[in-house]
Amino acid sequence: MKRSQMSRRNFLAGTTAVLATSVGGLLSPALAQDFAPTRTMPGGANNYIPNAPLVDRIGGGGFWMTGSVRRAGDGVPLAGQRIQIWAHTTEGHERDPHSHGATLTDENGEFRLEMPQIVPAFGQPHGHLAYDSGDFETVFLRPIMPSASDTTLSAHFILKPV
Amino acid sequence: MNQARSVVVWIVLSSLVIIPLVAAALSPLLAWRQPIYIGAGFAGIFAFALLLFQPLLAIGVLPGISRLRGRLIHQWVGISLMLAVVAHVIGLWVTSPPDVIDALLFRSPTPFSAWGVVAMWAVFASVCLVFFRRKLRLRPGRWRIVHKSLATVIVVGSVVHAVLIEGTMEIITKSVLCASVLAALGFALGTAHTQRNRQIKRQSRT
Repeated sequence: MKRSQMSRRNFLAGTTAVLATSVGGLLSPALAQDFAPTRTMPGGANNYIPNAPLVDRIGGGGFWMTGSVRRAGDGVPLAGQRIQIWAHTTEGHERDPHSHGATLTDENGEFRLEMPQIVPAFGQPHGHLAYDSGDFETVFLRPIMPSASDTTLSAHFILKPV
Repeated sequence: MNQARSVVVWIVLSSLVIIPLVAAALSPLLAWRQPIYIGAGFAGIFAFALLLFQPLLAIGVLPGISRLRGRLIHQWVGISLMLAVVAHVIGLWVTSPPDVIDALLFRSPTPFSAWGVVAMWAVFASVCLVFFRRKLRLRPGRWRIVHKSLATVIVVGSVVHAVLIEGTMEIITKSVLCASVLAALGFALGTAHTQRNRQIKRQSRT
């Protein structure tokens, strides 16, 4: 005789999955049709220094800034896009030039840049990212880390062609 | 009030402000900040600590300080509070001008900024009102309402400002100080009300 495999954990996982997909189903038509352009966040451009150099790593590293870049409308991943990154870290203030660096997106439109650990400054542990290369409209982001002890932070761009 | 009690009151009150200051001074975040930024932060904490004493000085309940002397000290503490707030803002401005400009223009992404800026203007307004009190010829009743309202805005604004900030202050000592500052204001407003009622009763009797 086979015993029922429906444990409480399975039941909860299943119910959550059903709920998640149904809610997702309600939301997804809007998302699929239209990748709305990311808007610049308030304070995103603070302490921006244009033309941060392309680097393999900012300072000593240990923290990862990740994200993706897509085209508004169809959501096609954009390769080779230059994303500039800066933050208040264990190695310097936001205004220090050595706190700034840039990286390029890969063929999947994703980027990943190692940098020093971000520490809370001006009341929140946060980073700054910029797309400012001219082919698409300029966007400045200012994502906040859910916890100051996080060692990674991500930000996603949906860019509108100029 | 007997001496032992007044000693206890002073020990409790000074601990309530000294412990958070010491805890903040031990914050690991300080290692990654320049002196001007550290100074700006501590000016803010100092200003906040003064808020614990202001209401108690105003109603003359601090042991060893007469009501009249308390009022005089209250004025000087008020001026120190304003100077500490100015130092806080200038220090932050030097550290990161765009963040402070955003805060002052109420367009900052950080929710605590607006609370701090509102409290700052209430501090300035309080000092101005005290300065021009005679010239403005405010009636005592109206003066009290305005001053108490501004005091409430300062305290509530500063508490929310402090609570929402992830900074050098240690969370438990910060929370205790916030609760104490609110309690001091509440106590003073309540006591002032009772004092006033008694005064009115006394006057109506004569």
